[in-house]
Amino acid sequence: MIGYYFGLALRSLRRAPVMTALMVLAIGLGIGASMTMVTVLHVMTGDPLPARSARLFHPRLDPLPESYGVRAGAPNPADDFTWVDAMALLRAHRAVRQAAMAGGLLLVRPQRAELHPFYATGRYATADFFAMFGVPLMQGHAWSAADDQAHARVVVLGRELARKLFGGEGGVGRTVRMGDADYRVVGVAGDWRPRPQFYADSAGKLYSDADEFFLPLATAAELNLAVTGNQSGWGKAEGDRARYSDNLSWLQVWVQLDTPAQVAAYRRFLADYAAQQKAPGRFEKKPESAARLYGLMDWLAYENLVPADLRMQLWLALGFLFVCMVNIVALLLAKFLRRSGEISVRRALGARRRDIFAQLGLESVAIGLAGGVLGLLIAQLGLWSVRHRPDDYAQLASMDVAMLTSTFALAVTASALAGLLPAWRACRVAPALQLKTL
Amino acid sequence: MDIPLRPILSTLRHHRLTALLLVLQVAFTCAIACNVAFMLAGRMARLSLPSGVAEDELSVVYSADARKDMTPSIRHAADLDRLRTIPGVRSVAAVSFSLPLNRNSSTSGVCPDQAALDRAMQRGSLDGTGCAAPSIYDGTPGLVATLGLRLVEGRDFAPGDYTTGSPAVAIVTRALAKRLYPDKDALGRALYGGDKPMRVVGVVDTLLRPALGQPGDEGDSLLVPQLPDDAGITYVLRSAPRERAGVLKAAVAALLAADPERIVPAGQVRTYAQVRAEYFQRDVTMVGLLVASALGLLFVTALGIAGLANFWVQQRRRTIGIRRAIGATRGDILRYFQAENGLIVGTGAVLGMALALALNLLLMRRYELPRLPLSYLPVGALALWALGQLSVLAPALRAASVPPVAATRPA
Repeated sequence: MIGYYFGLALRSLRRAPVMTALMVLAIGLGIGASMTMVTVLHVMTGDPLPARSARLFHPRLDPLPESYGVRAGAPNPADDFTWVDAMALLRAHRAVRQAAMAGGLLLVRPQRAELHPFYATGRYATADFFAMFGVPLMQGHAWSAADDQAHARVVVLGRELARKLFGGEGGVGRTVRMGDADYRVVGVAGDWRPRPQFYADSAGKLYSDADEFFLPLATAAELNLAVTGNQSGWGKAEGDRARYSDNLSWLQVWVQLDTPAQVAAYRRFLADYAAQQKAPGRFEKKPESAARLYGLMDWLAYENLVPADLRMQLWLALGFLFVCMVNIVALLLAKFLRRSGEISVRRALGARRRDIFAQLGLESVAIGLAGGVLGLLIAQLGLWSVRHRPDDYAQLASMDVAMLTSTFALAVTASALAGLLPAWRACRVAPALQLKTL
Repeated sequence: MDIPLRPILSTLRHHRLTALLLVLQVAFTCAIACNVAFMLAGRMARLSLPSGVAEDELSVVYSADARKDMTPSIRHAADLDRLRTIPGVRSVAAVSFSLPLNRNSSTSGVCPDQAALDRAMQRGSLDGTGCAAPSIYDGTPGLVATLGLRLVEGRDFAPGDYTTGSPAVAIVTRALAKRLYPDKDALGRALYGGDKPMRVVGVVDTLLRPALGQPGDEGDSLLVPQLPDDAGITYVLRSAPRERAGVLKAAVAALLAADPERIVPAGQVRTYAQVRAEYFQRDVTMVGLLVASALGLLFVTALGIAGLANFWVQQRRRTIGIRRAIGATRGDILRYFQAENGLIVGTGAVLGMALALALNLLLMRRYELPRLPLSYLPVGALALWALGQLSVLAPALRAASVPPVAATRPA
C-alpha cells in the first residue's frame, strides 16, 4: 500500500511541477541554513577530550574584593588563579592528579643557520599535565615532579616545532635555545589538539591554537618568562614579580577526580580552603561563592565560547526555517483542499480517513526527502563558506555522519509535520458533498 | 474605485485556515525583516566609521628585536632614518603598538580635575565621575602628520615634548574633549590620572580607538608624546596609495638588511586598508548573512503568496467565468485578487509590526541590541505589502484573462 501511495504522491507532485519545486526549494533553503549553523555550533560545543572529560575538573577560587566590579564583556579575573592559590592547591595534593599551567610565548633561536629566530607559543605546566590530559608522546618522556622541584631546564616539543628545528629525527637529547636560556629536549609530543583548547585562558584562540612546546612552570617562574592570556591585578603589587603575588591572576588549574566521592571530598576541600583564606581577610566573599568546582563540559559552558554573532546567526536560520515551514503548510493545505473532489471519490469508493491521511502524509514526506537532499547540498555550501571565514573556529566547520543523518531526519520530520495539519484537514472532506460539484 | 470587500471576506471564510497561515507567514517575515534591517543598519554604521587617519596612504610594519644589547629608542631612530630614504615614502613614524582598528589597545583613566580623580579612586570606578577611559596613542615625532590627523585647535607636539618618561602634554580628540569638558574649551586644561597632570595642547577632529567598545565612546582617544621603548615596534609609513605595496616590500628589506636577526612576521606587514578590512571581517560576514537571510525570507514569502494565489485562481476559474459572464470587467477581477491579497498581507504586516517589537525586546534582553526605532515598522510593513501586491500580480492577471465561457465548463 505504501508503494502505491508513494506512486500516487509522485504523480500528484509531477502534476504541479512549479509548486513542487517551490516547496522543495523552501524546505531546502530553510534546512540548509539551519543545519549550517547547527553544525557550526555542534562542533564548537563538542567534547574536546571524550575519553577523559568526565574525570577532569576545573576549580575556581574567587579572591576578588567585594568592591571589584567586573565590566560586562571583560574577562573575570577570578576565572584564573593567582600564583599563591594555585601553588596551595598543588601542595595540598588532594586530587588524583593536579596541574597548574599558563600560556607562554618564547623567542626560539634555532641553531640551523638558515632559520631566522621566531616566536613560538606553548604551555608552562607542572608534571601531571601530561598524564592527566593524556598527551601522547612520540619520543622520549615528559618531565617528572622532581624536575619541577629542581626547576629543570627541560622542554617537551610539539611535533611541528621539533620537525622545524631538528628535521625528521625528533631531537630528544638535543638542546634548544629559547628566550635567553638553553633547554634539553626530553620528549616530543604527538598530535594533540583538543578543540577547544579547554585548559587555556579564554583570551586565546581556543579553536585554532595549539601548543608548540611545554616547559616546567617552576622553571618559567624562576626565569620570569613571558606569559600569554589574561593577567588581571586588583592590589598594590606591581613590577616584575607581581605575577607571584596573591592579587594578580594568570594561571589555570585542572584536577583529575575519578569517583563521585573524590569529587565531593574535593569540593569540601575547596570550601575549607576559601573559609581558611576568609578568616584573615584575604578572601572577602563567602566560601560557598568563592570556591567552586566545574566539570570540563560545565566549565566550557560557563566560559560561553560561542560568539554572540554566531548564536544570532543560528536564531536567524531557525527563524527562516520556521517561515519556510509555515509557507509549506499553507501551500500543502491549498493543494490538498483543491483535490477535495478526488478525495471524496476515494472516500466514496471506500477509502478510510486514515487511508487518505496516509496518502497525503506520504506526499509531504516525499517533499521532505527531496528537500532534505537539497538542504544537505545547501548546508555543505554554507559550511564551505563558513570555512572561509577568518575566525578561529572556521576550519572545524564540517559535517560528521551524525550531523549528516540528522540533517536528513530533520528535513523529513519537518515536512511530515508540515503535512500533518493539511492532511488532517483534507481527510475530513465528506464523501458525498464534494461529489456533487464534480 | 470601489473594492468588493464583502465578497472577499465571505470567500476568505471558506479558506480560513489557509488565509490564517499566510497572515502568520507574512507577520513573521515582517518581524524578522524589520529586525534584520535594523541590525544591518547598525553594522553598516560601524563599517563606515571614519578612523581619522589617511587610510589610503598608510602602510604598517611590525618588527621585533631578537637582540638584547641595544637600546630600543636608539634602534628605532636608526630604523626611521632608513625607512625615510625609501623612494615614495613621504613621512614615517613609529608607535609602540596602538593604531586605530588594529586591536592592540591600551586604555587609561583620565579625569578633568583632581576632585573627579579622587571620586573615581574612592569608588574604584570611573562611572558617573566625569572621568573617561580613552585609548592611549604614543609615537615618535611626526606621528600626527604621518597619520594625517586633522588638528582643529591648538598645536602639534613640539620636538621638546617627546620623552621616554611620563609626558607633560597631550592631544585629545574632539569626542574626548567633549566628554571631559562638556561646555568648556579643552585647550590648556590639565588631565589628571597618571603620575602628574598633563596639559592639553591640541585637539584633533577624529581618531578611532584600536578596538571599538561600547557604541558612543569609540572616538575617545588621547595622544601623548611618549617615545616607544620596547623591542617590538610598529612603523607607520605614508606614501601615495599606488606605491604602498612597493613601499612595504622595500621597508621589510631595509629592516632585515639592517639586522637579519630581527623578526618581521609576514602577517604584520600590511597596508592600512588591510588593517581595517581585518578588523571588520566579522561585520562584513554578518552583513552578508543578514542581507542573504532577508532576501531569502522575502523570496520565500513572495513565492508563497504567488503560489497560493495561483491555486485559488485555478480553483475559482468557474466562479470567475460566471462573474465575467454577468458583466464583471477584467479590471474588476484583477482588482478583486489584488484587494484580497492586500487584505491578507496587510493584516499580516500589521501583526508583524507588533511581532517585530516583541522580537526586538527579546534581542535587547539577550544580545544587548539597541531599541528598534519605530520608523522601521511602517516602512517594513509597507514594503511587505507592496511585495505582496507585486507577487500576486501574475496570478491575478491570469485570473483576469479567464474568458466568460469558463462559466459553462467544470473547474
